[in-house]
Amino acid sequence: MMASALVNVPKKARRGEIIEIKTLMSHIMETGYRHTASGEVVPRNIITSFVCRYNGVEIFRADLFPAIAANPFITFFTVATESGKFDFEWIGDKGFAETASASILVE
Amino acid sequence: MRTLEQTSRRRFLGLAGSTAVLGAIPIVTLRPVEATPAMLATAIRNVVGEAPVRTGKVKLDVPPLVENGNTVPMTVSVSNPMTSDDYVKSIHVFNEKNPQPNVGNFYLGPHAGRAQISTRIRLADSQKIVAIARLSDDSFWSTSVDVVVTLAACTEEVI
Repeated sequence: MMASALVNVPKKARRGEIIEIKTLMSHIMETGYRHTASGEVVPRNIITSFVCRYNGVEIFRADLFPAIAANPFITFFTVATESGKFDFEWIGDKGFAETASASILVE
Repeated sequence: MRTLEQTSRRRFLGLAGSTAVLGAIPIVTLRPVEATPAMLATAIRNVVGEAPVRTGKVKLDVPPLVENGNTVPMTVSVSNPMTSDDYVKSIHVFNEKNPQPNVGNFYLGPHAGRAQISTRIRLADSQKIVAIARLSDDSFWSTSVDVVVTLAACTEEVI
């Protein structure tokens, strides 16, 4: 797998603490609205969906559109309930699928 | 006399310069397609259905003046508790003048703790951005912000 995903999750948190999760995926996010010099449309190639699961349970999901900037950067919050793993998944046009994960220790 | 002449020449050049700049703007912002306010309304209807959308609760943070429309930081937060029986279900962001009215849909839940998301968006023109939040009681709340964009996204040609 390419090192194309960056995720930032606190390594440790207190039980019940609200933590911020930051994610970045390198992707061109070609809108499908641009033209080449010869007038041809550059086909759309975007990430359409992002999901985050916390110990297997979906906690955040996003539908992305061409109006999301290249290299989609998404941040959100969750409550640290138990130690475990966050799994991230990006799905897009042309069969794009990437994953990343991060673990957390909840005390 | 000489001073006067210079002043008027300077003023003329200044005026000519600004006219040229003004004249160039429509060329820069030419796009193949553009969402219309009607498309924005339809996109919002697709999310909220027939439900009324009230103003309030939602805060949309975007710089009021954007130099580069290709990457505009945006944060949406909703002032609402995040408890198991009263929480924010989703946040939907729309725009008025990009080729497509949708920007993103973000689905949260009571476990989020805080109803706030950030991302970076593209803006093809100076325009209005609308954020709508859906609460657990299926009520909808919204806010809108006007943004001025000096360099538009989506306009450049690919070589």
